[in-house]
Amino acid sequence: MNLDFSDDQKLLQSEAQKFLQKEQSLQRSRDVLDGEQALDTDLWQQIIAMGWTGIRIPEQYDGLGLGHLELCVVAEELGRCLAPVPFSSSVYLFTEAIIKFASDAIKQDLLPKLVSGECVGTLAITEQLLAPTEHNINTQVANNKVSGTKIAVPDAGIATHSIVICKGVKGIDLRLVELTDHCNVQKQDTIDDSRGHFSIGLDNVDSLLVGGEGEGWELLQNLLDQAAVMFSFEQIGGAQATLDMATSYAQQRFAFGRAIGSYQAIKHKLADMYIKLTLAKSNSYYGAWALSTDSVELNVAAATARVSATQAFNYCSQENIQTHGGNGFTWEYDCHLFYRRAKLLSLNVGSLATWKEKLILGLEKTQTANVKQGV
Amino acid sequence: MNFNDSEQQAQFRTKCSTWLHDNAQRKTQAGSDNPHGKRDSSEFLNAARSWQKKKFDAGWAMLHWPKIYGGLEASPLERIIWGQEEAKFDVPQGIYEIGLGMAGPVMMQYATEQQKQRYLPPMAAGEEIWCQLFSEPSAGSDVAGLRSKAVQDGDDWIINGQKVWTSGAQFCDYGIIVVRHDPNVDKHAGMTFFFVDMKSPGIDIKPIKQITGGSSFNEVYFNDVRIPDSQRLGAIGDGWRVAITTLMNERLAVGDANGVDATEAFEWAQGQDDHGQALIQNHAVRESIADWYCQASGLKNTKLRTMSALSKGDTPGPEASITKVVSANKLQAIGNFGIDSLDMAGMLKTERSEVHDFHNAWLGSAGLRIAGGTDEILKNIIAERVLGLPQDPRADKGLAFKDIPSGK
Repeated sequence: MNLDFSDDQKLLQSEAQKFLQKEQSLQRSRDVLDGEQALDTDLWQQIIAMGWTGIRIPEQYDGLGLGHLELCVVAEELGRCLAPVPFSSSVYLFTEAIIKFASDAIKQDLLPKLVSGECVGTLAITEQLLAPTEHNINTQVANNKVSGTKIAVPDAGIATHSIVICKGVKGIDLRLVELTDHCNVQKQDTIDDSRGHFSIGLDNVDSLLVGGEGEGWELLQNLLDQAAVMFSFEQIGGAQATLDMATSYAQQRFAFGRAIGSYQAIKHKLADMYIKLTLAKSNSYYGAWALSTDSVELNVAAATARVSATQAFNYCSQENIQTHGGNGFTWEYDCHLFYRRAKLLSLNVGSLATWKEKLILGLEKTQTANVKQGV
Repeated sequence: MNFNDSEQQAQFRTKCSTWLHDNAQRKTQAGSDNPHGKRDSSEFLNAARSWQKKKFDAGWAMLHWPKIYGGLEASPLERIIWGQEEAKFDVPQGIYEIGLGMAGPVMMQYATEQQKQRYLPPMAAGEEIWCQLFSEPSAGSDVAGLRSKAVQDGDDWIINGQKVWTSGAQFCDYGIIVVRHDPNVDKHAGMTFFFVDMKSPGIDIKPIKQITGGSSFNEVYFNDVRIPDSQRLGAIGDGWRVAITTLMNERLAVGDANGVDATEAFEWAQGQDDHGQALIQNHAVRESIADWYCQASGLKNTKLRTMSALSKGDTPGPEASITKVVSANKLQAIGNFGIDSLDMAGMLKTERSEVHDFHNAWLGSAGLRIAGGTDEILKNIIAERVLGLPQDPRADKGLAFKDIPSGK
């Protein structure tokens, strides 16, 4: 029985934490929010120099050849300090898509460049102001040329490549496109401008197929399941940070002659934050296990981790503002940075409702499989 | 990460399950009805007694105890493994948990060697059943507000007062009790701890009828009951410190709220009709079941994290402190869901075992949210002991017990 990270993985985590603290990642996140940039380029370069972009990339492609668990502990730390870098889009989504589904030729071309930072990738899914489905993707691919418009694409401003979800001849395809000057990439305002999001207009842009033709939607679900686990670690990192902030404020802030943390209304609120965070953390560990062992339970485990991590970070970040009272509503205090990021993270691989539905569908599928096997 | 036992743990698990297979019936399905009679019946008590004796003879009864008192000196993890394996079998539960879980550790820590040798083995063997006498009509969450009196008389103490919520008092042989020997000092300083023979003259036991209709608890009245000073546990005035040791153990003993869970709700929703389609197709129901599944999974994986720490020889973190507050509330929500899913017919008691289970969950959970620490007290404990928030200012601080406002 070992539902825990190894000593080496914990060491990696504590080094990541120290590094991000030293580099004042939270302040950098605020600076990106306040400024015109869509990321902190200097922090991103340092992260590349530390090798984190290549954690999962095999050594033959210059990566570190480590596993998903190493990625999970780094994700928790990036989430704790709201790192304003394109890590999630390029590493959890794009790099994973290349490792899992791309041809050897593409791997040989892109993986070393993803390690060195020469290449940054993203995943373009959404097109309209509603949840994307297999039936409402309108971006077309014909003769390997992609045309259409994607919105809310993370980090497309710095990304050199994108996997684009397209409607092909046989169904949905994953198409790899290079984001050149021919693509119309426009920054979009979001609820959390510490992480840049963009629209991409594609007009007859060359592309390569990734994965089987017409299998794109299924492959996308698998990619999202994987990414959901890593996002859940970002979420528990953020939730822990807000619980720590709220706890420390409740100890120091006095009202009616006593620390507000001595009032049960505050105690119970903070206990509820701790409870939600603990459930989310334990489920994220389960998700990490399923991810690292390529378990058939991954879809259920990922949905479980994702739902509880979204609930935990949403709740903790909102009640952290409440605990801070009026101060929590000011731009000056950091509470809103976490409130924004919590909401952003709760949407960017699908909403809470979407993942609850995935969880129930997963349970229904497991049951059908068990019946067929006579379990 | 893996969910596998180490070689040594696997061997131990096999040993447990082999013995269980030879001595008990495996459950046919999770939560299957026990065939040992109703909880309050004498058949059930006899079944529990003989199962406990069987376990004791093989060393399993209190496997973490020293061998001289009938244990196996097993590690905390081995104790968990045994618990996991035993839970797969249909065995009578609920009679011995309090005595063994609370009186056992206190006797182990505070009784004389001679007393330990006299009382611990029969306790483990189930030949003598123990109860716990802490709560009083005016001392619930604030147990230290208890007012049962102890007056020293030669080598004896004379006890007068009333205890309440005493599980199993009607069939217990001994009890651990905390009483007030001095109302003129600070409330925490005026208490002393004893163990008492429940057959002593002057003890009167009356069952409490619960909202479930059952009677697992009792009121216990003490009228001039004599306890020899040799049965004092800890020093005079040390009662609170000894009681706290016990309460810590209670928090470990009162864990999961057992009953219907997300899986049962899911299966029920698949079979139940809702306006012409299966209830599971209802979006509100799907979302609720997803919530309960995440909570159940979160608790299960929290336990596995605790086990992982024990497995490595580390001290587990405080994460298990969330167990009861989450599981009792989940049970209440699922009970409500099941009953509501029958619409106007939800009020009826029926033969359907699922409906019966939902009714039990709905009623029983109301008690589980209180027993062993209310939701509110448990959240205070998380806030103060885990997060380090300050205690509430107290209206009883620095006052002699007799001067503390007591309301009605």
